[in-house]
Amino acid sequence: MKEAWLFTVQRLSALVLAPLVLLHLGVILYAVRDGLSAEEILARTQGSQLWGVVYGLFVFAAAIHAPIGLRAVLREWVGWRGAGLDIAMGLFGLLLLALGLRALAAVL
Amino acid sequence: MTARATKSRSRAGRIGGVSGSIVKCICPRGVKTGYDWSVMAALEVEIWRGEGNDGSWRCYAVPHQANQTVLDVVTHVQRHIDPSLAYRFACRVGMCGSCAMTVNGRPRWTCRTHVSRVSRKGRLRISPLRNLPVIRDLAVDMAPFFEKWRDAEARFVPSPVPVEEPVRPGEPARKAADAGIECINCAICYAACDSVAWNPDYPGPAALNRLWTLVNDRRDGDQDGHLEAAGTGCHLCRSHQECAEVCPTNLNPTTAIAGLKREVFRRTLARPPWEGRQ
Amino acid sequence: MRHGSWWAFLLHRLSGVALAVFLPFHFFVLGLAVERAALNDVLDWADNLWVKLAEAGLVVLLALHLTGGVRVLLLEFGRWSDRQQSRIALAGGLALLAGFGFLAAAFA
Repeated sequence: MKEAWLFTVQRLSALVLAPLVLLHLGVILYAVRDGLSAEEILARTQGSQLWGVVYGLFVFAAAIHAPIGLRAVLREWVGWRGAGLDIAMGLFGLLLLALGLRALAAVL
Repeated sequence: MTARATKSRSRAGRIGGVSGSIVKCICPRGVKTGYDWSVMAALEVEIWRGEGNDGSWRCYAVPHQANQTVLDVVTHVQRHIDPSLAYRFACRVGMCGSCAMTVNGRPRWTCRTHVSRVSRKGRLRISPLRNLPVIRDLAVDMAPFFEKWRDAEARFVPSPVPVEEPVRPGEPARKAADAGIECINCAICYAACDSVAWNPDYPGPAALNRLWTLVNDRRDGDQDGHLEAAGTGCHLCRSHQECAEVCPTNLNPTTAIAGLKREVFRRTLARPPWEGRQ
Repeated sequence: MRHGSWWAFLLHRLSGVALAVFLPFHFFVLGLAVERAALNDVLDWADNLWVKLAEAGLVVLLALHLTGGVRVLLLEFGRWSDRQQSRIALAGGLALLAGFGFLAAAFA
């Protein structure tokens, strides 16, 4: 049951992330054209609600997607299983969420 | 020890599922075998010998014959060179699925594998199947393979009510089931699968392939039980497609498992955890 | 007996792990944008060939993980087709294209 849920959530988050990553790749290529600066980044993002919603969704989806994927890799390649792993991955997800929302708050 | 010998040891340890020392293969071409070597080329055959995890490679010279199968080679070794060699076979015509071994690094049904197709410069390396405990020499213990099959609920459960509507060969579900029913339980896909090697709780391609045929069978009365069982393991398939590469009857378990993943995905979304279990 | 699908899996997994490791740092640095000077310090530090090359590598990883993920979604949720090899080639090709695009944009 738990595994089926993790699998389902992983695929759902992937479906959300796929178009966002494509968009993000486009933004990267656009943004680095004439060098990066804090002013340039902030000019693009500050006060933009659309930016906040899109990248907020991005942060949430990534904070779900990355720990589940990492959990699978650690189980299969490192042999780490059980509650300890699940707790560690939960914390990793929370860390990503916290740092991601902090970054979002900083640029909005 | 040379680098080459070290490399072959690690390869053997991985592919055969066993470890041990390797001696360089110096096949006794001069030994008396009762064959006329002047008219018959010799095969250099390395066979994994040992009990459980302990063992080593041993070399045998076997006369090469036209249309010879790998099983013929193993049988020759047992009948004419070393009667203590343990291996398993039954039908010899590709139906029973009991003669699978690792041949030159790849799991194969030895009774239908021609030496001429797989030998490299007249050399063969034969070891037991990967991912299963070795009993002795080339014979593995198949119990874990079938126990996982059982635990995956991959068995037919008759519908409590008779199925009135006839099952037509052309209907999509029947076609999906038909695509997977020729499995001979040889465990070749199980041996080839990295997910099996990486996850002790992964049922393996064969069991999940069977599960998918049952999910598509209207006469089966426990679809929900099958999907509940599938949900505990089918996501561990990483779509390497090794199973489809090696299946001797050309099945594609990866497709079947993808079908299970789809159904598990739907079923999980259809019943959110906050609604409780039925 | 490694073949196309196995290598596609490996690239997808390795790129995923690398991105999961990179993501907290990425978020952390963006979070510095609250104080423009701090972010600009990092961006100035990053303004050299080696970091640009590493960033191009990250763009390739992101594109690889995206295309590898789309491969998995097509495999699992799309209709089966045996055109796997071409999809894998396409995935790698797009990823490399994105990386070169980044380089071209960064040095233009």
